[in-house]
Amino acid sequence: MAKITLSNLRHSYLANPKTDQDFALKQIDLDWDDGGAYALLGPSGCGKTTLLNIISGLLTPTEGQVLFDGRDVTHLPPDKREIAQVFQFPVIYDTMTVYDNLAFPLRNRGIDEATVKQRVTAIAEMLELGDSLNRRAAGLSPDNKQKISMGRGLVREDVNVIMFDEPLTVIDPHLKWKLRSKLKELHQRVRATMIYVTHDQTEALTFADQVVVMDAGEIVQIGTPVELFERPAHVFVGHFIGSPGMNVLPCEVQGNVVRFEGVEVAIEGPVKAGEGNLKLGVRPEYVSLGDGPLRGEVIHVADVGRHNVIDLRIGETQVRAIAEGAVPPIGQVMSVAFRPDKTRVYRDGHIVSQPAGGAA
Amino acid sequence: MKKEYQKAWFFVLPVLLLVAFNALIPMMTVVNYSVQETFGNNLFLWEGLGWFEKILNSERFHAALGRQFLFTGLILAIEIPLGVIIALAMPRKGIWVPVCLVTMALPMLIPWNVVGAMWNIFTLPDIGLLGYLMNHVLGIDYNMTQDPFAAWATIIAMDVWHWTSLVVLLAYAGLVSIPDAYYQAARIDGASSWAVFRYIQLPKMKQVLTIAILLRFMDSFNIYTEPFVLTGGGPGNSTTLLSIDLVKIALGQFDLGPAAAMSLIYFVITLFVSWLFYTLMTKDDQN
Repeated sequence: MAKITLSNLRHSYLANPKTDQDFALKQIDLDWDDGGAYALLGPSGCGKTTLLNIISGLLTPTEGQVLFDGRDVTHLPPDKREIAQVFQFPVIYDTMTVYDNLAFPLRNRGIDEATVKQRVTAIAEMLELGDSLNRRAAGLSPDNKQKISMGRGLVREDVNVIMFDEPLTVIDPHLKWKLRSKLKELHQRVRATMIYVTHDQTEALTFADQVVVMDAGEIVQIGTPVELFERPAHVFVGHFIGSPGMNVLPCEVQGNVVRFEGVEVAIEGPVKAGEGNLKLGVRPEYVSLGDGPLRGEVIHVADVGRHNVIDLRIGETQVRAIAEGAVPPIGQVMSVAFRPDKTRVYRDGHIVSQPAGGAA
Repeated sequence: MKKEYQKAWFFVLPVLLLVAFNALIPMMTVVNYSVQETFGNNLFLWEGLGWFEKILNSERFHAALGRQFLFTGLILAIEIPLGVIIALAMPRKGIWVPVCLVTMALPMLIPWNVVGAMWNIFTLPDIGLLGYLMNHVLGIDYNMTQDPFAAWATIIAMDVWHWTSLVVLLAYAGLVSIPDAYYQAARIDGASSWAVFRYIQLPKMKQVLTIAILLRFMDSFNIYTEPFVLTGGGPGNSTTLLSIDLVKIALGQFDLGPAAAMSLIYFVITLFVSWLFYTLMTKDDQN
């Protein structure tokens, strides 16, 4: 177990990177606390797997350091780092039994058979694989194979961190929930640091205490699931998390007066001064219909079950709202309001409005 | 059965005719010959299973069969491991991949009788590159037209040169199909390179290797052209493999009956050994 520190990390897959565009990871400084459950969330190609492979030692970063409890491990091979990684597709050793699969990492490290037996039995019990220990691993279902991959990480007592690279991709939907709960339960029992990479926000938000959101090789926000939802620090986070994502709207700001489509709207607090492209951000959950300063025409309604997602046209701009109850007819013009304490201003993507009565 | 569906039979007919003409009818002709004695002029006498009995008890057949198994066994024992080793050594990514693949495929593109002729010239003691090198530079007495051991070494070397590529390409196909995650997981699990080979690469290559072994078995067991051109079965009978012996009986001596009986026995042996290989190698996958 260890605290993992990434310091000034940059990585490029090219031999001679020149511009920022050549870097798959632009600049990463991050601490992973011992025993935390983290999710690394971001769209495909944003550098999540690269970051994971750097922590596990499968990749050596172009620049920067990886520290485990302050010890520099940047150039240490994976087997010397005492880490475990579970991959997108279950990796099992086909010709071995479940028992031998789980025992493999221990035997490679020359641990005596008595200890191996005790560890394997304990882990198999924890993963509910106890009944199939003597079966050939090749014959198991994908979710059980994925459990074996996890188990190979968990059998080692000294494991610093367990990393999951989109581990539920090939699992049937009805088993995903089960396996995810199992993961959560495992984290509570073994208390190892876990990093869970995914592009699925539901997986990230249900698994993690802290979610790290990445985009285009950079970390855009770190926070609890609630923080990410309630106060996205970057329009990308607002857009990526939530279904549908945050409305990102054009606006004009003069001092502390914010106008959208010519109408003044109240926001959470004062706006920091500066130059740049300004946007207004408000989640569809906080756009209310029936009363307010704005006038919007209903152009599309989608019933998603629990509520309706309503597309409105306000002036030139399209705005999404989530509403419950009766569905307004298409073409109807309604009054629209943004909830002030949930409406924020972003400059060049980054939040610049401050909550009233406190510094951001 | 409804009447309108009966037309479907016509769609099967071309295949039936094709199979009949290229397999069943020639095969039945052989069966026909194998139970008769002929003296030419289309005069046939019933012989029953006599030829089969004679062939199965003939020392000449036993010797040829023995040589055949020795040859096939030797080339399999060399080509399969060698092919796997070369495939493992080949690059999996980068610009050298197509270069390696094409180089590997080259020997297989050469017509079989040309391979025999090439090696024949290659080994001539006075002007052949190998023959000259062995006799006049290294001072090793090497003449495959006189020394059975040299003849054997040459036909084995020729087959290895000609066909190891097939094993390489199949094994390589098996290797590149292994996802990177397997190697990464193995590194994290602390597996040695032997363990990676034993528990990841070999199991993933098993299916293509089964095919490689089967193909190389059938091909080498039926081999004719290359050793015929190279040694003609000699010196003496030392490299007279089954097919060479068969042609000697059928065309050299024009003994159609024994030759037909021998072909059938030959065919049954090939079929049986192939079946045996396949069953043994795929046995594990069933359970």
